[in-house]
Amino acid sequence: MSDANDSKPNPADEPNPASEPKSAHEPNPEKDLGTDNLPGQRGDHGEEVRVQRGMFGANNGGDTSGYGGLVRSVRLPGPAVRPYGGWFDEVADELEGALEEQDLLPETAIEKTVVDRGELTFHVVREHLVQVARTLRDDPALRFELCTGVSGVHYPGDKGRELHAVYHLRSLTHGRLIRVETSAPDSDPHVPSLVALYPTNDWHERETYDFFGLIFDGHPALTRIMMPDDWQGFPQRKDYPLGGIPVEYKGAQIPAPDQRRSYS
Amino acid sequence: MTTPSASASPRETTEGTVYTVTGGDWDEVVQSAAEADDERIIVNMGPQHPSTHGVLRLILEIDGETVTEARCGIGYLHTGIEKNLEFRNWTQGTTFVTRMDYLMPFFNETAYCLGVEKLLGIEDQIPERATVVRVLLMELNRIASHLVALATGGMELGATTMMISGFRDREYILDIFELITGLRMNHAFIRPGGLAQDLPPGAVDQIREFVKTMTKTIPDYDKLATGNPIFKARLQDVGYLDLTGCVALGATGPILRATGLPHDLRKSNPYCGYETYDFEVATADTCDSYGRFLIRVEEMRQSLRIVEQCLDRLKPGPVMVADKKIAWPAQLALGPDGLGNSLDHIKKIMGTSMEALIHHFKLVTEGFRVPPGQAYVAIESPKGELGVHVVSDGGTRPYRVHYRDPSFTNLQATAAMCEGGQVADVIVAVASIDPVMGGVDR
Repeated sequence: MSDANDSKPNPADEPNPASEPKSAHEPNPEKDLGTDNLPGQRGDHGEEVRVQRGMFGANNGGDTSGYGGLVRSVRLPGPAVRPYGGWFDEVADELEGALEEQDLLPETAIEKTVVDRGELTFHVVREHLVQVARTLRDDPALRFELCTGVSGVHYPGDKGRELHAVYHLRSLTHGRLIRVETSAPDSDPHVPSLVALYPTNDWHERETYDFFGLIFDGHPALTRIMMPDDWQGFPQRKDYPLGGIPVEYKGAQIPAPDQRRSYS
Repeated sequence: MTTPSASASPRETTEGTVYTVTGGDWDEVVQSAAEADDERIIVNMGPQHPSTHGVLRLILEIDGETVTEARCGIGYLHTGIEKNLEFRNWTQGTTFVTRMDYLMPFFNETAYCLGVEKLLGIEDQIPERATVVRVLLMELNRIASHLVALATGGMELGATTMMISGFRDREYILDIFELITGLRMNHAFIRPGGLAQDLPPGAVDQIREFVKTMTKTIPDYDKLATGNPIFKARLQDVGYLDLTGCVALGATGPILRATGLPHDLRKSNPYCGYETYDFEVATADTCDSYGRFLIRVEEMRQSLRIVEQCLDRLKPGPVMVADKKIAWPAQLALGPDGLGNSLDHIKKIMGTSMEALIHHFKLVTEGFRVPPGQAYVAIESPKGELGVHVVSDGGTRPYRVHYRDPSFTNLQATAAMCEGGQVADVIVAVASIDPVMGGVDR
């Protein structure tokens, strides 16, 4: 097993040109305003996943604060450009090379590669997920033997790719960790199952199906796992209410958590 | 013999049709089982069963005394913690995650806070003292968790002495936790940016005292169980899962280390400065329940070593990040109605500094914003790899938090460990997985 020092690239010496222009003279609205002095750090780079209107979570005209006309876009870190830094380039090279050997163009399979906060993410087209995962598991230079399961994320504003399935793959051989992300539209919530490759994903995929309604094609028994079998709806989707009742505290009525003022 | 219509006959009333159910169809079940002339029976163990570790339901297909199929039914303790997190601010999150696997609250809190700190990009600004106290609490917690694993595991075999001693020793640790955090469980003590407050006076002495006693007590577990022929006979070669099986099923922690692979995230992907502590990774090469037991006992010894090193390293200093935009403004003090904001602090912000009051109000009601993006943090919990996938959309609330709980993943190995074995061995195998349903179901 590899040493601690080369298992994780040092964020300090890792170039990340996509999200952080290094030069002090280059105009950078975020830095010039001084991120230390501002509460919010929503930049204008990256990939837009949502456009937010108004403030305080009021979207039915109930907001009289004057912030109702506010329009902001929510952006996640966008694709990175080479070099990614550390062992990231090695993994990306090996993966791309191995896919080419299988007559699959890396550009067709991998939508984009994101390097953010010292983590490497491959956004994989769902049609090629199984092949990419098999390559990641079996290629001697990659050897991501351990899948730590799948986590679903629902981005209702990310049209055409509302449902994301996020896999974290760990290589015990090389002491590395990468993230593989794939997405499916709400209208066709299908993602291929990885149970045949990583049997550990059996329950994890059931859980993600249970909470997000993502259908993992090829799963041996895709049923609900946490919620009762006859449950309607998928609770962790953003449009699914949390529920709850107002409670009294020291003489005041406190509304249910999903009815309270939101500052997001 | 009763017919279905006799056992539940419909009767028309003004309120509608009423069915009076008077007894089941057991006679038919018994008769058909006798006619089928095989001993294949499906048994539901749990969800309310004293030996299934909380509300775990085991569905066993039994042929005589042999288990031919074993399946788990989970979800009985699902409380929607991950969903709830999305409706509170980032700091309030610790209050929820600490309740997931309630036997390792400090691991849940630390993993969550490391994730939030990674998103905030403040990992380097966490004060040294806060990190050392985190390690200290986690290692004490590891001992407590392993003690419960041994205690309940022993109890399920009928070894009540194990149970009594395990819970007795755990009580000393819970006393320390109560002294430090005010609570025995569900502490919410580790917060994004550091800790809720510093160690109280007397805590270090009490921990030193505990380390002394515990060092003497651990050999008792060896005397009680390790060489005990009955204990060995029950555990050896039971719940067998080799390295291939572990990696395929994603099993980590003592189960993986019992196959001989010294995989411990504290060594392979260190966090919280674990690379600077001196300890060994316990392994066994038996792949069975007995090996897992030995590993747990050895890990308690190693944890004591780390605790001692933490105590030696404790230097006075801050326990919360210096950034006032993140550090929770509370100055906790014990009041007549329990732990709360200190009156001096309230007096200061209410009476002398309007700025402080505004900041306090903003930070408490609104919370801090976390730059958009996602992070995955994994730590070595007593049960295995505890991973947290945190996603932020730049708001004051988590956009998504997913816990990869080791109990959840490891429990999948039940079928592989139990099928083909005896019914009584199912209990041993499940106990050796050490699942905690609070973590499994979240």
